[in-house]
Amino acid sequence: MPDGPLVELERVGVRRPGAVILRDLRLTVSAGEAVGVFGANGSGKTTLLRLVATLFPPSDGVGRVLGAALGEPGVEAVRRRIGFVGHQPALFPLLTLEENMLLVADLLGKPPGDARDALEAVGLGGAVHRRVSACSNGMKRRAEFARLLMTRPQLLLLDEAHVGLDAAAGVLVESLVSTVVGDGGAALVVSHETERITALVDRTVRVEAGTIEGAP
Amino acid sequence: MNIRRQTAILLRRELRSELRAGEVSLVAIPFGAIAMLLVPMAVGTDTPLLVRIGPGIFWSVVLLFGVVVTQRQTADVGGPQLDLLRLLGVDPAARFAATALAGAALLLAFELVVGLVTVVLYDPALDDPIWLAAILPAAAFGLAVVGTLAGNIAAGVGTRVTLAPLLVAPLAIPILLGAAQATEGLRLGESILAWLLLLVITDLVLAAAGVLTARPLEEAAP
Repeated sequence: MPDGPLVELERVGVRRPGAVILRDLRLTVSAGEAVGVFGANGSGKTTLLRLVATLFPPSDGVGRVLGAALGEPGVEAVRRRIGFVGHQPALFPLLTLEENMLLVADLLGKPPGDARDALEAVGLGGAVHRRVSACSNGMKRRAEFARLLMTRPQLLLLDEAHVGLDAAAGVLVESLVSTVVGDGGAALVVSHETERITALVDRTVRVEAGTIEGAP
Repeated sequence: MNIRRQTAILLRRELRSELRAGEVSLVAIPFGAIAMLLVPMAVGTDTPLLVRIGPGIFWSVVLLFGVVVTQRQTADVGGPQLDLLRLLGVDPAARFAATALAGAALLLAFELVVGLVTVVLYDPALDDPIWLAAILPAAAFGLAVVGTLAGNIAAGVGTRVTLAPLLVAPLAIPILLGAAQATEGLRLGESILAWLLLLVITDLVLAAAGVLTARPLEEAAP
């Protein structure tokens, strides 16, 4: 566990050809804290989450995630401690739900039983042999939560995780956030469902035109 | 977890996906066989001509359909799946190796089926055909490495679909030259060791380039 904040962004900018996605952004997330991220479409919320997930370095500014500097070689060492659920499901469509989970378990060196237990825990125990391409969006979301249950991340990043979920699956999200935060981790939750998320997190920030006003 | 174990896990995933998608077995291989049929239909029953051009036509078809095989959708781990693999700590070199090896296995299957069609239609009468046991896998591996490398380069600049096939052709020249000349050498009863050596050295150089560039190309992808 790193000393200090789990996420620390200082005047961070992200530029793409012909566009400035994030600019002069500051954000600090401490251990044991859940932060809701709101903002209009195209404001840069997803880019912010992928940046914090260490999937690309910032174009400007400096950032540290779980103690590792963004864009530096050491960042790879912390990636396994990050749980990220994005807009699109990170599942292989031609594999079954069970095969997807076993792939992750294999790569993490976890026993196969963990994969099956996690699917059971999210209510997919009866659909383990169904191919992802034949699953509903809600089932795919649940499968991703199963992966998070198995990987036990220290930093949880959820991008519109409530979309397409029934009430029971919504409870899963809340339980995941509570568990991670309760264990001394942190969560960043992007959503349009203001009321639902506000009740779940410790504080909220708003991304507007690529920056966060009034941060950290 | 070491790279070899990661490669094995990802290779299994790729082959299982391909088995279910059938992009190679149900599309590329039948169309490749049909492509071999077109030339005899155009040339007619000029047997000496068919014998002479058979190996060349075979390798042209392997190159053309090799692009289809190496750029198959089941090999295209992108977007959220790529993000997942990166967060799981998968070494980019392992991802490269798995994709290249899966492509090589599928290309070898393609070569074997289309090769049989070539024997039936063109009767190439090769001297010492046992050497094909070295030429076919070496060419399949080389083309798979080239295709995977081209796919990675194209993904790095965000234009995989259009750029990758264009990159394959020039990179594949030494492989096709080695494979075609070695096969021609078998037909004429000449030594093929020099051509086989070219094939193997090219394979090794390209494989090393693919492994060494896997990480920077992955990090550069948008």
